[in-house]
Amino acid sequence: MSEKQKIIEIEVLRYHPEKDKEPHKQVFEVPFTDDMSVLQGVQYIKDYLDGSLSFRWSCRMAICGSCGMMINGEPSLSCQTFLRDYYPARVRVEALSHFPIERDLVINMEGFIEKLESIQPYIIPRETRTLAQGEYLQTPEQLDAYEQFSSCINCLLCYAACPQFGLNSNFIGPAATALLHRYNVDSRDGGKSQRMELINSEEGVFNCTAVGYCSEVCPKHVDPANAVNQNKTNSAADYFLRFLTPKGGAK
Amino acid sequence: MNKRRPYVRPMDGWWRKNPFFVEYMVHEGTALFVAAYAAILLTGLVRLSQGEAAWNAWLSALKNPWYVGFHLLALAAIAYHTYTWFKIMPRTMPPVVVGGQRLPAWAITGSGLAVAAAASAALLGLVWGLVR
Ligand code: SF4
Ligand code: FES
Repeated sequence: MSEKQKIIEIEVLRYHPEKDKEPHKQVFEVPFTDDMSVLQGVQYIKDYLDGSLSFRWSCRMAICGSCGMMINGEPSLSCQTFLRDYYPARVRVEALSHFPIERDLVINMEGFIEKLESIQPYIIPRETRTLAQGEYLQTPEQLDAYEQFSSCINCLLCYAACPQFGLNSNFIGPAATALLHRYNVDSRDGGKSQRMELINSEEGVFNCTAVGYCSEVCPKHVDPANAVNQNKTNSAADYFLRFLTPKGGAK
Repeated sequence: MNKRRPYVRPMDGWWRKNPFFVEYMVHEGTALFVAAYAAILLTGLVRLSQGEAAWNAWLSALKNPWYVGFHLLALAAIAYHTYTWFKIMPRTMPPVVVGGQRLPAWAITGSGLAVAAAASAALLGLVWGLVR
């Protein structure tokens, strides 16, 4: 142990649905070392200062996507953000913006789960194949078309970065659109026309005003803004194509 | 009884809460100067159609120091708008593949800005040549 233990102040937005009318701030003094993440700081609070603090986490290595929080107002993975970068100032921690707070740092993500289901996040085979026909083959270029969009870990930082989702929670939003796009551009998939109905709908991509912050905060470089904006073009093409081809485009 | 009571935070003043959103609002705001400048040029066109006297009156009105000041302000605003416009452009396009390689974002932004600068210079040169 070093001669002088460093102490950082962590300000947490607390909310207890059974006791509180609305969220309130609480400041904790947390001893820390330079290798400690904000998540570890919050875990210290739970272990030693206040066991009632609630938050989600699992992997501690930026892969499970469950530890997202607003850290000094920026949507961040708390396991990937370090206390030393804020010291000696106070660090502010709050549940992800634009989602209802279930309790303390835990958000209600039911809305997102419904959206995820609605995009049919699986390959709808373009052609039926029997086992005997073997696996689907893909060229490196075909893989490249969707690979980036398949890196999403559902951390929801992009939703916390999207003011249009904050203003209208029905908007399908960045990650769900990125995943939808991931399947639409997969050479093995044939479900595009079904998914385009969602893209074209009231909840679809035209809610986006190209703020672009979603792609800025994404820890996996998915660039969800790109998926959303490419689908504005796709949607427009879809609209005009239905006049040209009897079965092209969505309703 | 269900003890859940999810709390929805208000959105008021959302754009002031993050520097990224402030920049976005400034970008959107500078679009008004683009519209205002288009209106000025359209007025010129209308005055031109009304004959020589009307056209000359419009020209001399433009020499008013307030108008000149507005032009400088509009120039700055439109330059900023152009810059932020091309900065976001790579996010709005399908991937551009050149020689088997995906074009990086800075190359797209850079070529956009270069084309905008070249077009402005060409237009300036043309008008300069016309008035002299
Ligand atoms: S797109 Fe990026 S920021 Fe959004 S949920 Fe997926 S990994 Fe997280
Ligand atoms: S704990 Fe899994 S992403 Fe942070």
